Amino acid sequence: MIYDQIVLRYGDLLMKGRNRNQFEKKMQQQIKNALRPYPGVSFWKSYGRLYVKLNGQPHEPIVDRLKDLFGLQSLSPVISAESELESIRAAAMSLMTSLKQPPKTFKVSVKRAWKGFPHQSQEMNHLVGAHILRAFPDLSVDVRNPEVELRVDIQEEATYLFCEMIPAAGGFPFGSNGKAMLLLSGGIDSPVAGWMALRKGLELEAVHFHSYPFTSEQAKEKVIELTKRLSYYSGAPIKLHLVPFTDIQTSLAQQGQDNLIITLMRRAMLRITEGLALKNGALGIVTGESLGQVASQTLPSMNVIGRTTDLPLLKPLIMMDKAEIIAIAEKIGTYATSILPYEDCCTLFLPKSPSTNPNLHIVERIEAGHPNLTEMIETAIANTEQMILSPNKATTVQKAGEDSWF
Amino acid sequence: MIYFDHCASTPPYEEVISTLAEVMRKHYANPSSLHGEGAEAAKLIERSRALIASQLGTGSGRWLFTSGGTEANNLALKGAARQYRGRGDHIIASSIEHASVHDALKQLEKEGFRVTYLPVNAAGHVAVDDVKAALTKDTILVTVMHVNNEIGTIQPIQEIGGLLRSYPQTLFHVDAVQSIGKVPIYPERWGIDLVSGSAHKLRGPKGLGWLYVRDGVQLVPLASGGSQEGGFRAGTENVPAIVAGAKALRMSMERMEERGRNMRRLGEKLRAFIRTRPELRLNGGEPLAPHIVHFSYPGMKPEVIVHALEQHGIMASTKSACSSKDNKPSRVLLALGADPAHASGGIRVSFGDEHDESHIDRLINALTSVIEKLKPLERSSKF
Repeated sequence: MIYDQIVLRYGDLLMKGRNRNQFEKKMQQQIKNALRPYPGVSFWKSYGRLYVKLNGQPHEPIVDRLKDLFGLQSLSPVISAESELESIRAAAMSLMTSLKQPPKTFKVSVKRAWKGFPHQSQEMNHLVGAHILRAFPDLSVDVRNPEVELRVDIQEEATYLFCEMIPAAGGFPFGSNGKAMLLLSGGIDSPVAGWMALRKGLELEAVHFHSYPFTSEQAKEKVIELTKRLSYYSGAPIKLHLVPFTDIQTSLAQQGQDNLIITLMRRAMLRITEGLALKNGALGIVTGESLGQVASQTLPSMNVIGRTTDLPLLKPLIMMDKAEIIAIAEKIGTYATSILPYEDCCTLFLPKSPSTNPNLHIVERIEAGHPNLTEMIETAIANTEQMILSPNKATTVQKAGEDSWF
Repeated sequence: MIYFDHCASTPPYEEVISTLAEVMRKHYANPSSLHGEGAEAAKLIERSRALIASQLGTGSGRWLFTSGGTEANNLALKGAARQYRGRGDHIIASSIEHASVHDALKQLEKEGFRVTYLPVNAAGHVAVDDVKAALTKDTILVTVMHVNNEIGTIQPIQEIGGLLRSYPQTLFHVDAVQSIGKVPIYPERWGIDLVSGSAHKLRGPKGLGWLYVRDGVQLVPLASGGSQEGGFRAGTENVPAIVAGAKALRMSMERMEERGRNMRRLGEKLRAFIRTRPELRLNGGEPLAPHIVHFSYPGMKPEVIVHALEQHGIMASTKSACSSKDNKPSRVLLALGADPAHASGGIRVSFGDEHDESHIDRLINALTSVIEKLKPLERSSKF
C-alpha cells in the first residue's frame, strides 16, 4: 500500500461565506461518523480541505465510503513526502511504479502553494518529469491529453502526490439545510427523491403508508431496506414512520367516486404527513412526483392534492424523465429493491380511469360529506409506528431462524 | 473402521445434523408461498446465501443452490454455453476434469460446441500458457477445476483468472467441489465467473450444491418450471439442507488453516512411506491439496487393494467415486502420461478432521501386509 492519506475537497459549502465554519464542522462530523468502522484512521484539516490519515489501512474501502457522502466535491488518495526535491522525486517514482496499468503518456502538474519552496512550479514540472522519464523508457510526455496526470501539491507541512481525482457526491453536508418529511412508497422514484433531498443537505424522516392485508409485510420490509440505504448516504440514522392506512383507504374506496380515489388518498396522506411533520419539527415534504408520470402527477392533480398542506412540497424529480430517474436509482443502489414485486398501497384500488383533472370542489365536497375523515386522520397519526434505521441494522433476513442454525 | 474416503463424502458435523433436523421440523412451508411461514423459509434461504457470500468473500453476484456439485457443474457449463452461443461455440477445459464436467462437455459437443481439452504435465497441472494458446475469438467458456478429485493437484486458477481478465467475452468456470473449505479460493478477487461447490464434501448434507454466478452473467436453466433462485433453477428449494449446508461451510472455513496444517503433516507421513516401497508410485506433484494422497500399484487391480485394505478396517478408494464402478484406466492418470497398467492401479486416500498420526500408522501397517500378500500375484505391467 503506497498511499498514506486521502485528501477531501469540499463542494458547494465553499459558497457559504460566513456560515462556512459551521458547515465545515457538520462535514467533519459526518465524515467521522461514516468512518467509524475504520478506527485506525485519523483526521486533520487545512484551509478548505480535510485529510484522512490511513495509518497503514488500505485506501479503497475508505475512498468508496467517502465518495458517497454529501458535501464533498472530490477526493484523492495521496502519497505525502517531505517538501524537498529528492523526497518528492522518490515519492513520484513510487507512485508511477504502483500504477496497475502502466501509462504510455503522462504529465506532471506541480502546484507550489508554499512559496518558500526553492524551485518554481514550471521548473519542478521538469525536475520531476525528467526523473520519471529516465526510469520509464517507454513513457513520453503529453501535456494536452496525458493518460496519467501526476499532480504534485507543495505545501509547507508536506508535499502531496496523486494521480486520481475521484469525484464525490457533491451537495451539502447532511442536515445543513433543515429537516423535511419524505413520502417513501417503495417504488423507484421516492428513494431517488430522498437521495436528492439528502444531497441538498436536508435531514429526512421517511413516511410510509401500509394497508395490511391489501399490502404485504414484504412491502413494508422493502421500505425498511430503502430507508436503510438512504441512511447510508446521510451517514446518520433515519427515522421511518409507518402509518396504518387500511381504514382510511377502505373508507375512501366506499365513497362511490372511483376515479377520484387516488386524489382523495393522496390528500389524506399529505394531511397525515403534515401532522407528522409538525410533531417532528420538519418544515417541508419531499415527494418523488414527476410531472405527468401518472394520473395523480398531472398539473391539475398536483394542484388539487397539493392544496391540502401549507408546507412547501419539494419535488426533486418533477422535471426528470423516467429513464434519468432509473439511472440514479441504479447508481445509488435502490433500484433492485424498488422493483421487488410487492404492492404498495397506491397501486391498490387503482380505478380503471383515475382522474387526471380532478375537480377541487367535488373533492372538497366528498371530504366534507365524509362522516369522520378528520378523526381517522388523527387516529392514523396517533397509531403511526416509528423505527430508527441505519445501514448496519440487522434485516429480517439476518435475523431469520435461530442463530445457532448458522 | 478408519474412513479415508473424504473426497467421496464426509461425516456431517453433529451441529449440522441437528440444524438439518430442526429446520426440517419447523420450516416445512414452501419458501415461495406468500404467507408468513413461507416468507420465513425464504428468509432462511437468503440468510444462508449471505453467509456463504461472506465466507467466500463475494460482494456482488449470487450463490445459487442446486441438488449437488454435479448439477452445479452441469448448470454452469450447459447454462453458459447455451446462453452465450451467439458469441461463439468454443470451450476450453482441462483434460482432468471431474465426470460431471467432462461428460457435460461431451454432451455439448453433440450440440455442436467445439471443446479443446488442455493437456497436463506429468505432475498433473495445466499450464496457463496452454490456456492462452487455446483461446480464440470464439471461446466463450474456460473451465478448469481447482483441486483435482483424484490426485489432489491444485490448478493455477488465480493465474488463469488473471489471464482471462483481458478476455471479457470468455467466461471462467471453476469446479471447486474438492477445494472449498480445504484450500483458499477467492471467486471475485481471482476473476472467476462461475464456481461450483458441494456441501457433503465439507461435512454438510448430501443433496446440496452451490453455484456462484458473477453479477451480469446469465444462464439458461437446466429444468423448466418455477422461477426460484432468480430464474436460474426451477424447483422448490431444499431449505433444511441449504441452512445446514451454510453452517457446514462456515464451520469448515473457520478451521481451514488448522485443518490444512494437520492434513499436510499426515499426507507427508504417508507419502514418505510410499516412497520407500518400490511397488508403489505416488501420483501428482505440488502444489497439492492437503487432504489427498494418491498412489498406484502398477500391475495390481486397485479394487483388490481397496478390498484388501477393507479387511484391515480401512476404507480407501479407487479413482473417483463417480466413476469407480467402470473398469477403464483412469482418464486423469492417462492425461498425466501414465501407461495403462499404471493408470488402472490408482488408490486414493483422503483424510478428514477425525484423523491423526495413529490412523496413518495403521494404514501403513495395513498397506505393508497387503503388499506382502499380493506381491506373488503381481501381473506383468505389459498386458
